[in-house]
Amino acid sequence: MPRITPTGVTRMSEARKTYVRPLDLKHGCVDMAHGAGGRAMAQLISDLFARHLGNAYLAQGDDGAVLPASGAGRLVMATDAHVVSPLFFPGGDIGCLAVHGTINDVAVMGARPLYLAAAFILEEGLPLADLDRIVRSMATAARTAGVPVVTGDTKVVERGKADGVFITTTGVGVLADGVSWSGSNARPGDAILLSGTLGDHGMAIMAERESLGFASPIVSDTAALHGLVASMQACGATIRVVRDPTRGGLATTLNEIARQSAVGMLLEEKTLPVKPAVNAACELLGLDPLYVANEGKLVAICAENDAERLLTAMRAHPLAADAAIIGRVFEDPHHFVQMTTAFGGRRMVDWLSGEQLPRIC
Amino acid sequence: MKYIDEFRDGSLAQKIAAGIGREADHGRPYHFMEFCGGHTHAISRYGLADLLPDNVRMIHGPGCPVCVLPIGRVDQAIRLALEQDVTVYTYGDCLRVPASGGLSLLKARARGADIRMVYSCADALALAQQRPDRQVVFFAIGFETTTPPTAVVIRQAAALRLTNFSVLCCHVLTPPAIAGILDSPEVRDGQTVPLDGFIGPAHVSTIIGSRPYEPLAEKYRKPVVIAGFEPLDVLQAIRMLVRQVNEGRAEVENEFSRAVDRDGNRKAQALVAEVFALRDHFEWRGLNVLADSALRIRSRFAEFDAENRFPVDYVAVPDHPACECGDILRGVKQPQACRIFGTVCTPENPVGSCMVSSEGACAAHYTYGRHKDV
Repeated sequence: MPRITPTGVTRMSEARKTYVRPLDLKHGCVDMAHGAGGRAMAQLISDLFARHLGNAYLAQGDDGAVLPASGAGRLVMATDAHVVSPLFFPGGDIGCLAVHGTINDVAVMGARPLYLAAAFILEEGLPLADLDRIVRSMATAARTAGVPVVTGDTKVVERGKADGVFITTTGVGVLADGVSWSGSNARPGDAILLSGTLGDHGMAIMAERESLGFASPIVSDTAALHGLVASMQACGATIRVVRDPTRGGLATTLNEIARQSAVGMLLEEKTLPVKPAVNAACELLGLDPLYVANEGKLVAICAENDAERLLTAMRAHPLAADAAIIGRVFEDPHHFVQMTTAFGGRRMVDWLSGEQLPRIC
Repeated sequence: MKYIDEFRDGSLAQKIAAGIGREADHGRPYHFMEFCGGHTHAISRYGLADLLPDNVRMIHGPGCPVCVLPIGRVDQAIRLALEQDVTVYTYGDCLRVPASGGLSLLKARARGADIRMVYSCADALALAQQRPDRQVVFFAIGFETTTPPTAVVIRQAAALRLTNFSVLCCHVLTPPAIAGILDSPEVRDGQTVPLDGFIGPAHVSTIIGSRPYEPLAEKYRKPVVIAGFEPLDVLQAIRMLVRQVNEGRAEVENEFSRAVDRDGNRKAQALVAEVFALRDHFEWRGLNVLADSALRIRSRFAEFDAENRFPVDYVAVPDHPACECGDILRGVKQPQACRIFGTVCTPENPVGSCMVSSEGACAAHYTYGRHKDV
């Protein structure tokens, strides 16, 4: 249908295929957007890392790689670098975050995490008391999760060459026969479930950064999710995809899955759980909770008929008491993620582009 | 969220939309421009266009501070950081605006420039105090809303006798920009951009009041409704504009009576007048050079004027030849009609400024509305 526009009647343009400008390997530099979890990072991974390092396991494109093992079952391996600033924040610190983050990457593949490795890059001048506090927090997190840190490495760099401490953790887990969760498995008709409130971690960090200076009750949700995953598996629902929506938030994670599975998605804004304090802080800074990082939440996609059963199983677990069915998968050659707004209008939920920056007025 | 959710009530929105549907005369089209990018964002984010009858159309205006910033102004900030070795502080939205030579403030930072984001200009002043050995420039952009805080920090810097703090002042004014649009040939011919009224930004009017729009409404015979940024505010303003058009009125009305009055914030106005004076002319992206449309720092505070302290004269730079931001900012074109929209120009690699800020018309359509182009 032609539509009346300010320039008169024009035909409806087609949604154009996104042209992706190639990485400028000659003159380009890494900028912050390459680490923000959005499209720029996806491009850096596909056009640089995967291009050089590519193999069948890397090509799975999920949070962890499924590997063959000599005995029964298969292995899952995942790794995650942690560079959070500030090192200590309400609800956690870089130590427990490094343990939880990698356990979750293994768990969302459907595997049982077994062991962790940890590499530390320490900046000259880091108070030992801080390091002690961080490592003690790691130990508590690993013990609580039942996943020990079994090997590690330490490097120290000159002052100014790092930001206090960076921790990289690698996890290994085992995958039971018949479990095959992947971002490429979503099918039209499937239900999309979210385990709890959005944006708690990201807003806890932002509120803590000194330049904001507002007191807030927001606490990071950092948590190990393998227990929740186990109870989801036990309920017998046909689960196709599980992911933890960290950097780039739920919106970016869903766009990644939509692209991997070549499907579209439609969310219901009304069903998205967000804590009032997180909502208020986002409002103040002009941020959208859909794009804010989580460290203790997962999103699951399952067969339509199993959605209620899976929801019941999730809600029975303390880490997913606020779980909700938030949308559906449908067929869409454009792989758009869309949302019915609380107003009954419809809008796109796009990838995060660049870093989410606060608006100015 | 108290005091916010009340203005995002979906069922009430449906009622107001139904009211617009009843009151709009089906025999004629209505074209209203939302001047401000904040309104563009609200319309896109909440899907408000879907609620309006087919004959009521919204045209996106130029009221997004980074969208109207010409390349030459961003170049000045980059030159300050790269050539004069100063630390440039600015608002987050500015960082990705395309500048000359494929640069932006963000890309200049990756090349070693000391450019940092602040949430408030007061933070920039505090950081200057902490680093007395370093020249610090605050790159100040924005409409009347962000101007009083800049005036405050310049006064504070003067009181503290700071010698390492200055401001690159790119503050612009709303009423002259609206007049600029109404004077453009595309609007004056009455065909290319049919305009039946404006939604004015409430936050600007908390400072300047609603009075400055009165001469515009009278001279050009266009109704103006000052509106808040919540979706119900926008819908209510559209309804008020439809009524004015139907009744043949061209008045300034205030939807945002919870914070705006006719006179605005006199204290803020006095502060701004003390520190700033009108620039004779200022180049806007899309609107060309407009007289008396922007502010400069008064000579009394000249030592805090970065353009005075450093050799960074403004050099006008034409936009990328394929970029149609100019037409989009004047309402002549819709974002999706631009040749490079969504192909070469995307939020990751913006060619024009309208693709940068979430308040820019192109970024809003790209982020929220592309499904409608299918």
